Amino acid sequence: MSAIEILGLAKSYTVGFWQKRKKCALRPLHLSVEEGEIFGFLGPNGAGKTTTLKLLMGLVFPSEGSARILGMEINDPRMKAQIGFLPEQPYFYDYLTANELLEYYAQLSGMVARERRSKVSEVLERVGLEGAARTQLRKFSKGMLQRVGIAQAILHDPKVLFLDEPMSGLDPIGRREVRDLMEELKRRGKTVFFSTHILSDAESLCDRVAIIHLGELRGVGAVADLTSNVEGKAEIVWHGSTIPASVKALMSEYHLSGDSVRAIVREANQDAAIDGLRQAGIRIISITPVRTSLEEYFVRKLKPSETAAGVRS
Amino acid sequence: MSARILHIAANTFREAVRDRVLLNLIAFALLMSGAAILVGQISIGIERLVVVNLGLTAVSLFGVVIAIFIGIGLVSKEIEKRTLYTVLSRPVGRWEFIVGKFFGLAGTLLVNTLFMGVGVFAALLYVSRHFVWADVWILVALYFIVLQFLMITAIALLFSSFSSPLLSAVFAFSLFVIGSFAEDLRGFAAMAHGAGRFLVTGAAYLVPNFSSLNIITSVAHQQPVMGEYIVSNSLYALLYTGMALCGAVLIFETRNLK
Amino acid sequence: MKPSARIRLTGSALLGVCLVTSALALHHLDRIQTRAQFAEVLYFPSPRLVKRLSLGYDGLLADVYWTRAVQYFGTKHVLGTQQYPLLAPLLEITTALDPQLTVAYEFGANFLAPKPPFGAGMPQRAIQLAEYGIRNNPNDWQLYYDLGFIYYLELKDYAKAADAFARGSKLPDAHPFLKVLAAQMAQHAGESQMAKLLWVTTYQSTTDRDIRANAVSHLRALDVDEEVTTLERLVSSYRERTGHWPASFSELEAVGLLRGSPVDPLGMPYKLLPEGRVEVRDPDKFPFIDKGAPPGYVPPPAKFLPSDGGA
Repeated sequence: MSAIEILGLAKSYTVGFWQKRKKCALRPLHLSVEEGEIFGFLGPNGAGKTTTLKLLMGLVFPSEGSARILGMEINDPRMKAQIGFLPEQPYFYDYLTANELLEYYAQLSGMVARERRSKVSEVLERVGLEGAARTQLRKFSKGMLQRVGIAQAILHDPKVLFLDEPMSGLDPIGRREVRDLMEELKRRGKTVFFSTHILSDAESLCDRVAIIHLGELRGVGAVADLTSNVEGKAEIVWHGSTIPASVKALMSEYHLSGDSVRAIVREANQDAAIDGLRQAGIRIISITPVRTSLEEYFVRKLKPSETAAGVRS
Repeated sequence: MSARILHIAANTFREAVRDRVLLNLIAFALLMSGAAILVGQISIGIERLVVVNLGLTAVSLFGVVIAIFIGIGLVSKEIEKRTLYTVLSRPVGRWEFIVGKFFGLAGTLLVNTLFMGVGVFAALLYVSRHFVWADVWILVALYFIVLQFLMITAIALLFSSFSSPLLSAVFAFSLFVIGSFAEDLRGFAAMAHGAGRFLVTGAAYLVPNFSSLNIITSVAHQQPVMGEYIVSNSLYALLYTGMALCGAVLIFETRNLK
Repeated sequence: MKPSARIRLTGSALLGVCLVTSALALHHLDRIQTRAQFAEVLYFPSPRLVKRLSLGYDGLLADVYWTRAVQYFGTKHVLGTQQYPLLAPLLEITTALDPQLTVAYEFGANFLAPKPPFGAGMPQRAIQLAEYGIRNNPNDWQLYYDLGFIYYLELKDYAKAADAFARGSKLPDAHPFLKVLAAQMAQHAGESQMAKLLWVTTYQSTTDRDIRANAVSHLRALDVDEEVTTLERLVSSYRERTGHWPASFSELEAVGLLRGSPVDPLGMPYKLLPEGRVEVRDPDKFPFIDKGAPPGYVPPPAKFLPSDGGA
């Protein structure tokens, strides 16, 4: 049984007061996520990531299609007891302390009093907030709020976690901690479904990713599989500061520093470039393959003008 | 189920208290103290009358303002802070959320009124040095004011479940004003003809009737309240509150929380 | 000085200056307002309109209007104006908002009915007010008393007065004098004994300070009238006996016509003038006297009510 099965889920809104126009937020989506996977849901802002998550959480009603989580329908309370959700940029209740907030959520998740107390302190420690347990949330920094958000999502030990932009607002150390947390969850057999527009995080963390753009799915698969379709590159470094004309035509970019040149050529042109350099009597220092990143894949898959707004690595 | 409603209610109450809503009690205490001291110099012979009029009117108005100002944000604030999403992703029914919010605010207003009631009686004691049996009707007036609060809270919650805080405030306040004229509206309805009569009568019965819950003047004159009146008013207020709550639940159940 | 400190200093200084000057400006406004004609504006002249606008909080609004009515009367009373045009509407709005505010009807009877400068000079309006009060409070004896009061004092309609007193006397807790007033009206209507009874009843049945002070003034005036009449009679008999006017009261004492030196209700000795006239030493203190004032005496603006800020 898949952890998450999305069967043609779609959402469109009618906008406009007098002339009703249809605006499509999500075209029919077919996707499945296996148990124990870390699944990345990528796309620029406005692509439909949050809409998908809200559809899965039952916050928004689909125009068509359905979905199943752990084999159960959306809005099934038994299913909800086993999932955790972190919304984008949460603020929480200003006047509660971290302890009180988590107590409240534990109550709503149906945990008994004794269990609540131990779980709350355990989870606060996990996210590194045990020192701020008695501080009111309005004094929390953005990073701390993000961590408290993760805390409430894992509080009741859910099987599937849905995280909307979990790294947003975190400094590099915080990002690393969240990544470590997600990997730990995976080790414990949990499924993590998270959306992001930060490609480097997805690259190192995810087993599989889906790329969505303008409400439409553009690609699904393991990162390695996706990037292998894209042409590779190589980096050639040589002595001196001259660039032979023949080599120049083959390069996509170059960089002069001190007494060496560093150039990037397409994998297909690699041999021709090396020949060109040797014919010019230039001493080559190194030749290194450059792994295509997800960003390359992204940039190739999506039209350039559309990616300018949202993609960040 | 009921435990979750209670938890949501308790959280709403705690939020209101920590948001320093109860500080309005200080303003009220100052008002009553000032009035108690001044009234002896301005209106000899009708001190009790003025203290009861002023005190109960203040209780009523303060409470309506609080009910509307907090009520309109009950749902919209949770959306703004994203807390609603984390709550509904748990096994909590949308209707449980609405009902819990209602009881939280109603509880806050009840506690507020309790303290204010003590304040009114304290001021009364100060100006007249003793209580009379007729003062027990003041308790009935306070009870009616609480019933008014329940209705207003449900109405504010109803609007909050689908519209922005500003619009909700305008609607809720307008209904409060119209509701004070409810008796007159029914009078107009009786005089209208044809389709107009049907519409106005419908409106007259749909609008919350606050005029019959306002017995401040007669209680100030130490007039008794009939038991039947108390029962009918209670029934009406509870039924109307229930109706508004059902409306809120229905709207909220089908709303897309973008 | 750091920039922020400078701004703070300037800001606070400016705040203080604005505060003080605005207070001074307001004070000046107050002064020029009272010197000018009293702004005769009743923003909502219709009682029904005010009741509509009260949103059900009639009782409090009635108390507010009542306070305004009292202050209005007191202020104009002190100025010695001859008109109180807003008193009737103010009382009407008050009673429209709270028909059971008995003291408003009393005030109307005592101060709407009498002629200026002691009242608004609108006895008919006062009667309408009292009758409205009776319609809304049919079991309150006080309102029947107020009605009879107006008929007796201002309209001198003794039959209607007796009728009102009689109706009122039948109600529970009615002041015992009502029966007496009703019974004796037929024969002793114009006599000062009746008037005294009336004013004593008024004094005993109200807690309003102004009404009480008014009643006291009237009672004193009645006493002065009686005493002056008696004294002048005694002086006349002295003259008959001795053939000349006495020079002082001690001469009357000497022949046994008087015991002790006569003093007025405020404790000041009466003046004995040539030709046997008796006068009070300070007529300003007795607003309602018929006798005992010098000829051609013009009473100054009255200042005997607590609301006048005097007496």
